[in-house]
Amino acid sequence: MSLKSCLGAAFAAVALLASPAGAQDAEKTLYFYNWTDYYPVELLAKFEKETGIKVILDGYDSNDTLLAKLQSGGASYDVIVPSDYVIPGLVKDGLLMKIDTHAMSNYAHMKDAFKNPEFDPRHEYSAPYLWGVTGLAYDSAQVPGGMLEPSWKEYFEPRPELAGKIAALDTASDEILAASLYLGIPQCTESNEDAARILALLQAQKEKLKLYSSDSTVDRMASGEVAMHHLWNGATARATAQRDTIRFLYPKEGTPMFRDNFAVPANAPHPENAKIFINWMMAPENAAAVSNAIAYANAMKSDEFLSDQWRKMDAINMPEDFASRLVATQDCNGKARELRDRIWTRLKG
Amino acid sequence: MSPRRFPFTRETALLVLAYLYVPVAVLIVYSFNANRTATVWTHASVDWYGRILVNPSIQAAAWNSLVIAVCAATAATVLALLAALATRRAFLGRGASEAVLNMPLILPEIVVAVATLILFVSLGVKLGLGAMVAAHTAFCIPFAYLPIRARLEGISGTYEEAAHDLYANRVRTFRRVTMPLLWPGVMAGFTLAFVTSLDDFLTSFFLAGPGMTTLPVYIFSAIRAGISPEINAISAVMLVVSVLLVSLSFFLGRLRR
Amino acid sequence: MSVAFRRLCLLSPALLVILLLVGVPLCLMAWVSLLDKGGSAGVDWSSAPSAANYVRLVWEEDFDGTMILNTGYLLIFLRSVALAAVTTVLSLALGLPVALWMASLSRTGRDVMLLLITIPFWTNLLVRNYAWLIILREDGWVSQFVNMLSPWPVQLLYNDAAVAIGLTYSFLPFTILPLYTVFEKFDWRLLEAAHDLGATRRRALRRVVLPIATPGIVAGALLVFIPCLGAFVTPALLGGGKTLMLGNIIQMQFGASRNWPFGATLAVVLLAIMLVVMTAMALWRNRRTA
Repeated sequence: MSLKSCLGAAFAAVALLASPAGAQDAEKTLYFYNWTDYYPVELLAKFEKETGIKVILDGYDSNDTLLAKLQSGGASYDVIVPSDYVIPGLVKDGLLMKIDTHAMSNYAHMKDAFKNPEFDPRHEYSAPYLWGVTGLAYDSAQVPGGMLEPSWKEYFEPRPELAGKIAALDTASDEILAASLYLGIPQCTESNEDAARILALLQAQKEKLKLYSSDSTVDRMASGEVAMHHLWNGATARATAQRDTIRFLYPKEGTPMFRDNFAVPANAPHPENAKIFINWMMAPENAAAVSNAIAYANAMKSDEFLSDQWRKMDAINMPEDFASRLVATQDCNGKARELRDRIWTRLKG
Repeated sequence: MSPRRFPFTRETALLVLAYLYVPVAVLIVYSFNANRTATVWTHASVDWYGRILVNPSIQAAAWNSLVIAVCAATAATVLALLAALATRRAFLGRGASEAVLNMPLILPEIVVAVATLILFVSLGVKLGLGAMVAAHTAFCIPFAYLPIRARLEGISGTYEEAAHDLYANRVRTFRRVTMPLLWPGVMAGFTLAFVTSLDDFLTSFFLAGPGMTTLPVYIFSAIRAGISPEINAISAVMLVVSVLLVSLSFFLGRLRR
Repeated sequence: MSVAFRRLCLLSPALLVILLLVGVPLCLMAWVSLLDKGGSAGVDWSSAPSAANYVRLVWEEDFDGTMILNTGYLLIFLRSVALAAVTTVLSLALGLPVALWMASLSRTGRDVMLLLITIPFWTNLLVRNYAWLIILREDGWVSQFVNMLSPWPVQLLYNDAAVAIGLTYSFLPFTILPLYTVFEKFDWRLLEAAHDLGATRRRALRRVVLPIATPGIVAGALLVFIPCLGAFVTPALLGGGKTLMLGNIIQMQFGASRNWPFGATLAVVLLAIMLVVMTAMALWRNRRTA
């Protein structure tokens, strides 16, 4: 290769490297709105060092809080992390910006199973972040025999020894969805009969619960305060790291799955920085750094970077044959939401 | 025993102090807990304090809380002081004015918070620092107003009359007589307003914009996500800072009297 | 510059701020409570106003299709009022002796006590509730101690008692401070006079101290009762989420249920309950001081 072509290649490389910087927003900041404690802050320092963009991170606690903030229109963030079922609604309401994830350079690293998801078929608006399931965690040391059946029955109609030692999630949608799966009722039911059956099941179960809480779940399991918890797999894994008798169940009647995604709101003040960030997060090394810290699986071909601690846990590394149990969450319409609301109010009234 | 002392009041007071301080003590002790699980004690450690120092989210949240509290408490105290001076003597409409001034105090915070959210959203106001300071100022006014007003009531008009008789003009009388007498009330008012703003969760929760997460909002989300001993450590720090501040305000109050 | 004009200048800024940021939003909220909810969230501003949301509070279509009395919300209202009342009484019962004792101290003693009372108050509300969670938990030493003494197993956490303890803890300074303000200015010679005239301590307390303390009691009671009524952090954390309070269901409408108009309706009802309580308190105060 001549000196000239060498120089030319170098120039081209520089130009290529420089081009994302050229597309950067003038202001080198990024407002990142994510679930609290769902992102390792150390990684933001690395991002800032590599791109010069300073990330300001705020946290929310549920998709509803995120929706409330977005739909009120008063707040403008650059990157948000909505769950799968929320995205079609956001797109329909014109609240998301088209970012064409499929054209990003790191898109090639995505596992095939995560391409073309039904909530964003061509990956125009979102990029996968982490995914997990909501199942049952139990402490085998507190369970006679040390084993439970992988069924919601253990939770809704518990063995007498476990009564008073069970924690439920304090979220109407999670509880009602689990009850629906157990009873074989469609998850966004608008039928009064179905609602009455769900309510009866939950009311009977309430007697046997210690509490409803979606807070401090890892601590509750790790300290042995409860023997069973309606819980997310990542939280279970983090509790297991502290108390090795904890096990996770993927209930056979259906295990709700959530897939959280990066997206950019339509009114984002720094959309170019947002795209740089999302592409950066799709690099296997960075995706794995998140998984190692947060204990949820990502969608990238990043297995080589994953820590052994998580790799050997059922809660994180789902056995292949459970895949058929996974159920995607749906965004229920107003009528179904109102019905849920009534079930919940009756249950707690 | 002096007739001023009622039986069991001292015992009750000591019990109440214990009631007030046991949780604080527990919190501080557990902030030195080495265990990742905040509620299970293993052994002493200062790791969590180190973690706060390197956690940018916590630092940013603390800074936001302070900025909002200082702005809102200052504005509220100034407004309340003026209002307290105006309502010192009886006039037609004083009752109504006071009712309006105390309105935020009387209304449950959740009601005001959601009502303000509806207002800002329907007007298209951008949520964030401005909206938060404005809302905080409004609900801090009565917290500043009440102590100032109470102090004013306790000041007999004779001092000012004396000053007036000695040919001091209105401004001079206010600066040299009324204000020094009033100072403890103003400090108490500012302190209460500051605490109220700092401690506020609901209003900030509904009105926060990008980069404006306050400490209570952060703590709430953190508790929901799974509390860590970092939270205990931040509260211990907040506690020390506030003890210093309250002590300072007391010291100032005595100095100027 | 006339006195009245000067007064107006001094008074209007504070009044304007409160009217614009509290009064106007409340009126808007009352209007919204008559509207319909928007498609995915928020408010459908073009919908015709109706009382449907209020009807829904009391009457509802049962799961089998008939209209029935809906006791869910009524029970929640009742429980919230009862819990707030218990907390208020507890706070007054604890606050009154403390304030009395503080007023009998030396200047330095009073200042130290004031400082001590306010300090826990400076820690965040959520954190304070969380501290109680640590204290009352099953394997905590308080729980173990109580269970050692009690013949049957006692659960301290996740019930209404735990909520009352947490609420009282949060709002106790709100009764102590107004009462102390009253007692601090109190002319104790009156009490000595009563004593000299042969009044017993109990009689002096009832006939001299209580009437004087009335404004402080009313102020303290309102300062405790109202935030309790709208409380939602404490019931969620210490009550184990088994029972909802008014604050929780309002928040739910603005959050998970995404039904702002119904949330506004609940908030309006909360205001109505409060107004009733305040009127009652005002009447009581007038009778006492008359």
